Amino acid sequence: MATNTPDEQMTGPAVSVPSIPVEEIVSICQTYGNDRHRMLDILRDVQDRFRWISPKVMETVASQTCLSRIEVEGVASFYSFLSQTPKGRVTIRLCDDIIDRFAGLAAIAEAFEEELGIKVGETSPDESFSLEYTPCIGMCDQAPAAMVNDVVVTKLTPDLARQWAQSLKAGKSPEEIVSDRFADLSPHARATAQVDNNIRHAGAVLLGPVPDDAGLKTALGLTPVQIMDMIEASGLRGCGGAGFTTGRKWKFAAAEKAEKHFVLCNADEGEPGTFKDRVLLTERPHLLVEGMTIAARAVGAREGIIYLRGEYVYLRDLIEEVLADRRARGLLGEAILGVEGFDFDLRVQMGAGAYICGEEGALISSCEGLPGEPKTRPPFPVNRGYLGYPTVVNNVETFCHAARILDRGAQWFFDMGEEGSHGTKLFSVSGDCLNPGLYEFPYGLTINELLEMVGGEDAAAVQVGGPSGTMIARDSFHRRLTFDDLATGGAIIVFSGERNVLEIVEYYMSFFVHESCGYCTPCRVGNVFLQKAIGKFRKGLANPEDIDYLKDLSGTIIETSRCGLGMTSPNPILTTLKNFPLVYSAMVKPSKDGIRATFDIQSAIDGARHLAKRRSYIYDEDFSK
Amino acid sequence: MAELRKARIATASLAGCFGCHMAILDIDERLMELMKLVEVDRSPLTDIKRFTKRCDIGIIEGGCCNEENVHVLRDFRRNCDVLISIGQCAIMGGLPAMRNAIMHSDAPLRECLEEAYITGRYIRNTTHDIPNDPALPLLLDEVYPCSDVVEIDYQIPGCAPTGDVIYETLAGLLAGKFHGFDRMHIKFD
Repeated sequence: MATNTPDEQMTGPAVSVPSIPVEEIVSICQTYGNDRHRMLDILRDVQDRFRWISPKVMETVASQTCLSRIEVEGVASFYSFLSQTPKGRVTIRLCDDIIDRFAGLAAIAEAFEEELGIKVGETSPDESFSLEYTPCIGMCDQAPAAMVNDVVVTKLTPDLARQWAQSLKAGKSPEEIVSDRFADLSPHARATAQVDNNIRHAGAVLLGPVPDDAGLKTALGLTPVQIMDMIEASGLRGCGGAGFTTGRKWKFAAAEKAEKHFVLCNADEGEPGTFKDRVLLTERPHLLVEGMTIAARAVGAREGIIYLRGEYVYLRDLIEEVLADRRARGLLGEAILGVEGFDFDLRVQMGAGAYICGEEGALISSCEGLPGEPKTRPPFPVNRGYLGYPTVVNNVETFCHAARILDRGAQWFFDMGEEGSHGTKLFSVSGDCLNPGLYEFPYGLTINELLEMVGGEDAAAVQVGGPSGTMIARDSFHRRLTFDDLATGGAIIVFSGERNVLEIVEYYMSFFVHESCGYCTPCRVGNVFLQKAIGKFRKGLANPEDIDYLKDLSGTIIETSRCGLGMTSPNPILTTLKNFPLVYSAMVKPSKDGIRATFDIQSAIDGARHLAKRRSYIYDEDFSK
Repeated sequence: MAELRKARIATASLAGCFGCHMAILDIDERLMELMKLVEVDRSPLTDIKRFTKRCDIGIIEGGCCNEENVHVLRDFRRNCDVLISIGQCAIMGGLPAMRNAIMHSDAPLRECLEEAYITGRYIRNTTHDIPNDPALPLLLDEVYPCSDVVEIDYQIPGCAPTGDVIYETLAGLLAGKFHGFDRMHIKFD
């Protein structure tokens, strides 16, 4: 079989699927040492270069990595950014979050569809464009947003969408459209040219002035145990949502006797409405790596990974530059800052569009080159994590806090916030408010105070912590943002009285249906049933008993799911049932004399009337009278 | 003292296969005992077509696939104190509900009928017509479980349920002490 060079494929006639040269695939595999644990990198590279992962490619990759083809296919079919059909040279992914929908996504989609001549979900026949929807890409403060290949476009309007489509059709690359001299910009300037930081309030810990590597220098003078004692004494808890005490997590990992330890950073913030890590990665990347280096010293790790969500690929160069810079300055690598035996280096692992990879077990699976499925616990990652070694997985914000605690001391951090929730927290605020963006405040703020700050006093509902969190109504706005009251990984989504609560809930359920990894039945099937049931409520077809059905089914899903996704996915329903009971009771139709008012015989037989071209003896008046 | 009146039972088979009615007969010789307690009103077993009196218990086999099923079911609900769905079709739609799986079509009902009467590979239909006698009830857009159309008080699962579970349910209800099923009777694996 003749093999084409990629160039020929690009310009060649678009009649058939171009063949992908085997030697190119072999060489990509070799770049990663034919290591099966780097499967996601291999497949991402193939996808970037050839725009799909063909059956032939899977065979080649399988033989290179000594796996079976089906194992490779398992990975290729798991991640939404990997495709088993050819994608266009430019793939436009419209962010389909509820915030984007409320901000006019439909008109944006229509504009792209018109200009490109394809519908959402299609690839143009000449393979120039693919248009699709993707869940939240972390730009809720500047919605509607989209990804154009690796470039992010925000604050879209139909006009802007048309301009982009026209420029792309005229042959401009997405990067050129962002800036004529894109290549000359620094990675940081490239990132900020695409995405605004929208820092609205800087707190004392993260977004205020931060000295370079002060925490790391302190750490060098301390023993690992002293570092961990300090972190524990500060009261720092994980900022990704679960809120586990960071110091204890590190101690568990350090106590585990093993050849190697790993430090992983979870930069896969996929929870709709969360974008705090995006800003930290843009503005405080050094602080993050500093925090990871401190963690590495504490637990005795020599290697680390930053797991960066696929949607944040535009930040990859920036992070790589930071890593290179730190290596050059002796802050990463061997004998860090001249301390013999203190070796630590890390790599960036790109994700590929899977919300579930924010779950630490799934994140580890993904780093290991497997489908991003959660692992059975126990063993916990601190005991047996990445490749079976003790592993610390922390959120971006947690590592940044850790570095600051080393610099300023445990007491300084402990004194901020409240009992049980110490320090500051980043809140990513979006939705119906005047000033969406990032706010850093000590724990303990009430929702009312926050709403006043963000210009969202008209709010009728606030979603705290994203879909897996809690939706509260006005009667709960006095509640406080702490671990013990309203816990949040950072997302605060404001909804005005004009929004339909059930529409929001239905969207969130569709999100969980899409993002369930499918491993366990309660989550894979149960969420579909919940989504359908909410659909019935929206159409006014729900019986009063359906409310109990929602509660029962939710309880089953929470109790029997394997990981945190299923344990929290019914939350949009449960918290709205609790806090907005009238929304549901207004939509149910009680039966009359035992006959369901929700069953409409007229619409049920209407299709048959037309097919049979006659009327009903029983239910049409002219016959039955 | 006057003798206690016998309880009245009515049964109907909607979109089912009559298998559940056969299962009712599987009560076997215990039928003699049961008949001391009940009389059967409207039912295919008695061939009584209309309710002669209000009944205590109505037993429904099969789900709703056409307008007549809906009509009969509503009639049962109006005329029975306690309504029982019996068998998988009545409870979930069962085998007839396979046609609900034709989802990605603009005209699922037409597609279903065409395959059943015209285009199906093993169809011998010399007239190439889809039956459309005026006496045929109109089909519903999909097959509905009984509980979607009326409120159902009890459901006896199974395809078909055993004579034992049917007998025990009825005996329990008649004695006013039905407390659910013995696990072994509704365990199918």
